[in-house]
Amino acid sequence: MRMMRKEIWVLLILSVVIALVVSPFASSLPDGLERVAEDHGFIDKATELINSPIPDYVFPGITNEKVATSAAGIIGTLLTLAVAYGIGCLLKGRDVQGSKTSQEQKHGNR
Amino acid sequence: MHIPDGLLDPKTFGTAWALGGIAVGYAVTKTNKELQERQIPFMGVMAAFIFAAQMINIPIAGGTSGHLLGGMLAAVLLGPWSAAIIITTVLALQAFIFLDGGITVLGANILNMAVIGVLSGYGVYLLFRNLWPNRTGVLVGTFVGSWVSVVMAAIACSLELSFSGMGALSIVLPAMLTWHVIIGLLEAVITTVVVAYLTQVRPDLVHQAAGSR
Repeated sequence: MRMMRKEIWVLLILSVVIALVVSPFASSLPDGLERVAEDHGFIDKATELINSPIPDYVFPGITNEKVATSAAGIIGTLLTLAVAYGIGCLLKGRDVQGSKTSQEQKHGNR
Repeated sequence: MHIPDGLLDPKTFGTAWALGGIAVGYAVTKTNKELQERQIPFMGVMAAFIFAAQMINIPIAGGTSGHLLGGMLAAVLLGPWSAAIIITTVLALQAFIFLDGGITVLGANILNMAVIGVLSGYGVYLLFRNLWPNRTGVLVGTFVGSWVSVVMAAIACSLELSFSGMGALSIVLPAMLTWHVIIGLLEAVITTVVVAYLTQVRPDLVHQAAGSR
């Protein structure tokens, strides 16, 4: 990655700390939509269509639930960082190493 | 407010896919033009921060919790179209890897949180910033816009649930708003604190509209 401002590094470090350290202590109360779905009797209509690799932010195979949540958090955070950075590069027609791809300068090809 | 599979019927999630798809397609062309290359690492870090922050459910009241959506945070710093791409990326990863939000309804979640939430909140933010063109305007606009973004996303979600026969709008909408006017305040406080921090030394991290919209 190219040089980043100090504030952006701080935001990245904060993200890692939140994912690793804070996430196991997040509230497990229902969120606003889940609460409405419970109160009005349509939560049972919710289904699962695919087998997620890390369902509900709990990394499978780790017995300690706090550690399993930390693991899911850091994997998700780093994966999101990589995917969003990659999409940014694609959008600007730049290869991931940071140099312009030679003849792919035609903007508006996507 | 990540809708799970099963709550929306095909006509509703199909329409949402179409509308969300058009908006994200437009966001791709706008981002291609407006995002500066030096902002690409920031875009990655912003997405990572929003993913991590969305894991942190905070109790609000009455046995219910809420978490940051982050759309306005990304919009204030990187512009609304980049924000739409960032939130879409986060939602897709959450749906496919973490079972957070459904697959058939991903288009609806994108429409609500990455498009309607971001654009409505950013519109309000711009009003304040034009009225009050300094850092105070940015921060007040961020606060109010963040609240609006959550409330508008909740209204869109209520409409979709109601169209899908989950309940009359007269019941679902007030129920959703009861919680999301409070969750919106959480969004406003967190977003404003982060924007205040990132702009304290040099305000140039704030996205400039540059007369192009």
